[in-house]
Amino acid sequence: MAKPIVKLTNINKHFGPIDVLHDISLEVNAGEVLCLLGDNGAGKSTVIKTLAGVFKPSSGTIEMDGEIVEFTGPRDAANRGIATVHQFGGTFPLMSIGRSFFVGVEPTRKFGPFNIFDRKTANEIAVRAVREFGITRIDDGDRLVGGLSGGERQALAIARAVHLGARVLILDEPTAALGVKEAAHVLRIVLQARQRGLAVIFITHNVVHALTVGDHFAVLIRGAKAADFKKGEKSREEITDLMAGGEAMAELEAEIKSYSAGQTPQAN
Amino acid sequence: MNRSFSLGGLLRRPEAGALLGLVAVLIFFSIFGGTSFLKIAGMSSWLNVAATLGVIAIPVGLLMIAGELDISVGAMVPAGAMTVSIISGHLGLPIWLGIATTLGLGVLVGLINGLMVVRTVVPSLIVTLGSLFAVQGMVLGLSVFITKSTSVALKTEGLAKILLGDFVFGQLQVMVIWWLLATAAYVYFIHFSRFGNWVFAMGGDKVSARNAGIPTERLTVTLFVLSSTSAAFVGMCQAILYNSAQVAGGQSFIFNSIISVVVGGVLLTGGFGSVIGIFFGTITFAIVTQGIYYTDFDRNWSSLIIGVLLLLAVLMNNTFRRAALSYAPKHKGAK
Repeated sequence: MAKPIVKLTNINKHFGPIDVLHDISLEVNAGEVLCLLGDNGAGKSTVIKTLAGVFKPSSGTIEMDGEIVEFTGPRDAANRGIATVHQFGGTFPLMSIGRSFFVGVEPTRKFGPFNIFDRKTANEIAVRAVREFGITRIDDGDRLVGGLSGGERQALAIARAVHLGARVLILDEPTAALGVKEAAHVLRIVLQARQRGLAVIFITHNVVHALTVGDHFAVLIRGAKAADFKKGEKSREEITDLMAGGEAMAELEAEIKSYSAGQTPQAN
Repeated sequence: MNRSFSLGGLLRRPEAGALLGLVAVLIFFSIFGGTSFLKIAGMSSWLNVAATLGVIAIPVGLLMIAGELDISVGAMVPAGAMTVSIISGHLGLPIWLGIATTLGLGVLVGLINGLMVVRTVVPSLIVTLGSLFAVQGMVLGLSVFITKSTSVALKTEGLAKILLGDFVFGQLQVMVIWWLLATAAYVYFIHFSRFGNWVFAMGGDKVSARNAGIPTERLTVTLFVLSSTSAAFVGMCQAILYNSAQVAGGQSFIFNSIISVVVGGVLLTGGFGSVIGIFFGTITFAIVTQGIYYTDFDRNWSSLIIGVLLLLAVLMNNTFRRAALSYAPKHKGAK
């Protein structure tokens, strides 16, 4: 079997005296969706920032295609094909679709002695790239990004990452701020990205969304990996329990039940 | 895409409000003051004001597009004037040394502003408020210490005078030419080169811009250097033009540049605006302050007009920006 595109081995990260990540080992293959689950503060963001080259791990190794790499910064990670798409798409509301698509890698053409931004090419490529992901409503690259819906912005950001040669796509809670229909749309785009052979790391705390697209799941609790399993190995309830810290959730549920049982007669 | 001229497309541009404001002001003063302020002699009165302000307003506007503010320009104008006057006037050293030192001071203060903003993450309003007072104090202290006075004479001849502080075509200051050249350079830099795209991206979302690989810190520092050097340059040219420099003054540039920029359609919180808009905004501001002399109104009313104009411009710009955001091209036929 081919080597995983990205493999983390025993990653530890501490900020001063505070341990944030403890012995995290993960791997993700091409054409696979790894869902990273966990409650707020579990260390999901630190994991993806380490992957994206923002943080350097305190110890442990990152391998890409079987070779140990050390990212010098976000740009280095991006050059190696790791792209992060944030909750709101990381796009710029008051910029045009064509311009925001090419931020940092603007196409230029010669105009006399000057290199000028090639708006026409930028718009064409951006519109084509986003339409390939099924967003046919976008047909004018001069439109401002702020006029798009949340799902369309995610699609634009994902299309951008794919166009710029991403091999590993990190999606940071892409569905958290979206309605049901829009979230479904984004999930479809995640599957399309997987079909194209990208390795997708999907961060969420929505178990339903994770189960819909995930091939492989990892649950983080307080900076440590609490579980690591393949599709179909655990039920939705088990995963929810894991995320919330197991027994604590069951206790809470029991408590809520006793409250509603006690209060219902009074309310009527 | 072959697009024909459309009024809607024009109105969605960031400079739409500025252009309408300019037209409104022109009509207003043509009615109440006649057209003499549009003749060469009249034009130079407001073009000179616009040029002096415009050279500073554009880099201040670019900082605003990038999400930052620089109010220390108010201290850099007299600082530039005093530096060149003390070195080349009071101390009698060569004018080019004075010019180089003045521009060097502008770069230095800009570097300090930029690095402080980037390193400390203190809002740039506060950082430049600090440097505004620090530079003011330094200029006053050093001027009195060196010259025992708060105003210094400066006599310049030759090329430096012709290039920096003279009149062309009679009443027009050479600054107008600098302003037009600078505007052309900025239009290229912001709207046609790829760096311009970075400035907008930075103002729109700094973290995403950095993640996209844009050197946000270097760009921020560069913009601060541009604004404070431009302010020092303007102060220096004024000293060379009027043959003297005073410690006081320059404060008006703070608000006047911000007004020009905002009337010009730049979003105060960054990410949206245009150089041409700032250009129009500056002209509008200059016409209001100078046009009043051509009317029968007491000139004290000009501030009222500017205040009302500012509010109207912001409201108008907000409306246009919303229109631009919600704009989607009409689909022809069924889909």
